[in-house]
Amino acid sequence: MITREPEYFPPSLNMLGRIGRRALFGCRAAGRAGVLLARAVACLRYAFSARSRHEIVMQMYVSGVRSLGVITVVAVFTGMILSLQTGLQLRRFHQEVNIGAAVMVSMLREMGPFMTALILAACVGSAMAARLATMTVSEEIEALELMSIDPVRFLVMPRLAAMAVMTPVLTFYASIMGVLGGGLVGVTQLDVAWSAYFYNATRYAAVKDLYVGLLKALLFGIIITIVSCHAGFGATQGAQGVGYATRRAVITAFLLILVAGYIVTRLLYE
Amino acid sequence: MRALIEFDNVTKVLAGQAVLDGVSFRVRRGEVFVIVGPSGAGKSVTLKHMVRLMTPDAGRVLVDGEDITELPEAGLRRVRERFGYLFQSGALLAWLNVAENVALPLREKTREDEAEIERRVAEALRLVDLEEHGGKLPAEISGGMRKRAGLARAIIRNPEIVLYDEPTSGLDPVSSRTIDRLIARAGRDLGVTSVVVTHDLHSALSIGTMVAMLYGGTIVEMASPREFMQSENEEVQAFLRSQFITAEGVWERNAR
Repeated sequence: MITREPEYFPPSLNMLGRIGRRALFGCRAAGRAGVLLARAVACLRYAFSARSRHEIVMQMYVSGVRSLGVITVVAVFTGMILSLQTGLQLRRFHQEVNIGAAVMVSMLREMGPFMTALILAACVGSAMAARLATMTVSEEIEALELMSIDPVRFLVMPRLAAMAVMTPVLTFYASIMGVLGGGLVGVTQLDVAWSAYFYNATRYAAVKDLYVGLLKALLFGIIITIVSCHAGFGATQGAQGVGYATRRAVITAFLLILVAGYIVTRLLYE
Repeated sequence: MRALIEFDNVTKVLAGQAVLDGVSFRVRRGEVFVIVGPSGAGKSVTLKHMVRLMTPDAGRVLVDGEDITELPEAGLRRVRERFGYLFQSGALLAWLNVAENVALPLREKTREDEAEIERRVAEALRLVDLEEHGGKLPAEISGGMRKRAGLARAIIRNPEIVLYDEPTSGLDPVSSRTIDRLIARAGRDLGVTSVVVTHDLHSALSIGTMVAMLYGGTIVEMASPREFMQSENEEVQAFLRSQFITAEGVWERNAR
């Protein structure tokens, strides 16, 4: 069952008790999120039913297409800033022709996945948490369970499938946009030719950079979905609870994205 | 006769306070069992125990003789299939229109073809006088209509037992009586056993075949509507007086 009974814990008076309780709650939340992920993955076998397909496409539209505008703007400007900062430093050594390599590798390995994930956590994850939290406090999740409709299959699985596809796609798109933005600055402000910029960009970037970036994006998509759905299902106390769940989802997703990104980089670029 | 639902000495503690304190009662098949009591008396908590949305801290809840407090999830799903549940807010999914909400249990849990689903949805909407509003979203209809749509969804799969959580709260008197009539009609026409939780005594006395009053975590009175009105229990008398009902007062079983 997804729905949980209200819990009551008497207030703890000493600092040690409060720290211990927070640690226990943290462990319990991690365990519940892990179980939610396992159940959602198990439900992926229903992803090809007609209703699920329709819902997944809807979620792909919501998480992907609707985020395209903001991702485009942020990616282009990130590439431009990256190109300008790197180019100004490299110019001191007459090496500004190499900015293409710097921008491409940075965008593929780190900036593309991080930027896309943070935007999706803020836009899509918060909306996801708010929607599920509203459903929880208005008894809609309980209603689904009483109709023997599994909320994980009905609500979480389509979102997970959509985010697992769209986050890597958007990350790739953001990386390309960033490289183009960087090229624009290279050509207009650093006097680097388009051909030289792209030659260096493709020469130094490895295929591994691409697939590590996409792997990170997949991982971030899963983190955003599970953290947001878990926070939404745990909402209590009406509108205040919805706001609290949304805030908690965004903060937790941001922190986990940073930590997971570091761990993947450490493991794959040792 | 074996009770369809039985509470056996059920105790539930929430936030350090015993909301239910050794509650025992039986609901017989075909009955309209109404639980009344002031706000915070534990009426909704009692209802949630019947489908194990809550589990008792002590005691047992039996459905048709089967103890559901320890049932595994598969068994619980089987028991829940026998219930329909009308939530206080209606609990309709916001992004589906009224007809899609009513059709949801059929689309998700049966293999019926689309034509049959549409026929049954139209029939359920007609029963609750909402046939004109099937295409509207929940946000576009009134609170009373949302409850009626919730009722249509609750009965669409012909459950044996329907649980009603405050079906008339927040509604004007005319809408309240409409809901009362629908509850009575569901019992009479569809043969369902109903458990209604309400603080609206007019509603309770007009539709109930048995009325129980929950106060301070225990059942302080359980009787037929006429006997309930004549109860000498202090809490019952105070509750009756608060809604301007006296033992001598004229009341009609208008829902029958």
